[in-house]
Amino acid sequence: MTKRVGLEGSFAVSEAVRMADVDVLSAYPITPQTHIVERLSEMVADGDLDAEFICVESEHSAMSACVGASAAGARVFTCTAGQGLELMHEVLYIPSSMRLPVVAVVANRALSSPLSVWGDHSDAMAVRDIGWVQIFAENVQQAYDLTLCAYRIAEDKDVLFPAMVHLDGFHLSHVIEPVILPDQRQVDDFIPEFEYPFALNPDKPVSMGCYGPPYIYTEAKKSQNVAFESSRKIVSKAWGEFEGIFERSYLPVESYRTEDADVILLVMGSFAETAMLAIDRMRKEGKKVGLARLRLWRPFPFDEIRKAVKGAKLLVVLDRCISFGYGGPVCSELRSAFYREKNRPDIVSFIGGLGGRDITIDQYEYMIKRGKEISENGSEEEFEMIGVRQ
Amino acid sequence: MREIRIHGRGGQGAVTLAELVCHAAINEGKYAQSMPSFGPERRGAPVLAFLRISDEHIKIRAEVITPDVVVVLDPGLLNITDVTSGLKSGGTVLINTKKSIDEIRSKFGVESRLGVVNAVEIARETLGVPITNTTMIGALLKATKIVKKDSLIEPLKHRFGPIADKNIKAMNRAFDETTIEEV
Amino acid sequence: MLSWKDLELGSIVTEPGNASAYKTGDWRSNKPIRDQSKCIKCGLCYIYCPDAAVELSKAGNYETNYFYCKGCGICANECPRGALTMIVEEE
Repeated sequence: MTKRVGLEGSFAVSEAVRMADVDVLSAYPITPQTHIVERLSEMVADGDLDAEFICVESEHSAMSACVGASAAGARVFTCTAGQGLELMHEVLYIPSSMRLPVVAVVANRALSSPLSVWGDHSDAMAVRDIGWVQIFAENVQQAYDLTLCAYRIAEDKDVLFPAMVHLDGFHLSHVIEPVILPDQRQVDDFIPEFEYPFALNPDKPVSMGCYGPPYIYTEAKKSQNVAFESSRKIVSKAWGEFEGIFERSYLPVESYRTEDADVILLVMGSFAETAMLAIDRMRKEGKKVGLARLRLWRPFPFDEIRKAVKGAKLLVVLDRCISFGYGGPVCSELRSAFYREKNRPDIVSFIGGLGGRDITIDQYEYMIKRGKEISENGSEEEFEMIGVRQ
Repeated sequence: MREIRIHGRGGQGAVTLAELVCHAAINEGKYAQSMPSFGPERRGAPVLAFLRISDEHIKIRAEVITPDVVVVLDPGLLNITDVTSGLKSGGTVLINTKKSIDEIRSKFGVESRLGVVNAVEIARETLGVPITNTTMIGALLKATKIVKKDSLIEPLKHRFGPIADKNIKAMNRAFDETTIEEV
Repeated sequence: MLSWKDLELGSIVTEPGNASAYKTGDWRSNKPIRDQSKCIKCGLCYIYCPDAAVELSKAGNYETNYFYCKGCGICANECPRGALTMIVEEE
């Protein structure tokens, strides 16, 4: 029986992890991810989740424990945020190059200094190149759904890469919303028991993470990238299956009222639904505007984004992160993705929502209007910062 | 959609108030969203909590800046905060205070629809502690009928276990004792 | 040489103990020579050899496996009876 309940974003993630029947958990608490770890350790202590909870002294160790447990064939989970993800950074490359289906949830948080526990995408953008499947959630239901999907995708025999679900710190992790929880049998059908093909076993020994001198390293990276690229179609397949079972659909790029739109705004994460309200308001005034969201960040959905924006004259991109001395990292990737297209839209960059700052409906509307002005008249700046006090 | 802003101090349960009413609304089949004023917890510091209740999926994910209803858990906050900031026209302010409606209007210039209740007294007598969040739910329900009073029973029981009944009693007393002046 | 298509999932090595096929004897510039008549079979060369290149033969003698011996000289240094001598590796 499915049931509709009110759940905080963090607890929704914990519930997905419980229903995925994870074997090993290892995590270090850090705001705004703390409630996820607290709830999971409670579940283990109360016997609601039959898993090993490995207490560690840092995020570096948390990910190391996950790597070891995953290599032994366990279904594993960790979660972190901001500075914690940065401390984990060194180890993040290991499961992706060793092809271990670790699942991690990041409650996105700004990076110090000044010290900020509040949300933005600086932590996510800093781990762009780690070779994990990376997915962004927009509301609490999606935080639940996409955590389940992360296991389905990561453990697919044609993927076997780690997967990371990003949910905005506080704006999703600390917000209570209605969530439809599925029946356990539906979850079991979606993510059946998993057997890693080369799980560590003394009777069938293998060497993982071997030494890779120059004569073989390039081949190792080529093979990793080819496999990672081909996981793109499995992500879509998994979401198709998800829809079949749970009747909610996900796509690598999702569009909102983009049909016939001249201007398309692009945002990622929990700000997307607020931006829809600005689109609704402008559509009411007869303006041809729409919204696109990158749900799948890695592997990058080139074809889908080109298709989603087809016909638009202008793409306005909001980044919740700044690459110092450059600008918005998402915008940079989109410009690059469209560079060789014949009928490409102009692309204008905005940065906002840093360190937990809200973006109002008016500000989304401003970005679209100001984006058109910049597109028509040019600008001396590479990007404009939203809501900054002059 | 109705938007509610709760003013309290860290430790007074403003966030819990928002969460309890949020759960009650969701259990009624409505859409609801509760969020704290994000950040580290600081006992005694003025804090805000936010609540939205709607018949449709709630898309906005930002602090409530133009509330329909303001709930004030601590009367001392009236001296340091403009609790009516951004209040929609026709909005309601609900205050835990032993002052009368006239006194509040003349001292703080509140012109909107106004409700007062001595929630500290009720909480002390019913719960034994001056924590007014569950008491003020009674005032909120009387003034807005935003959810049914019965819908709070399950969330309160889930949250407070053995002391749920006292909290239910406090809520019911405030429901009866809140004075509301229409404008 | 392996192409990228030949690599196993995650570039793991599935053949157990295949490091034994790796010849380190080529690294040697000095070579230990053993005088079996002085050897008292105490086994210290066997214990101290960092590459496990000293083996016990069926006849009960300790012998150096030159496929692995890197010529570090630890065995000669540790031998209490001077049964091992390091000589320069001939071309």
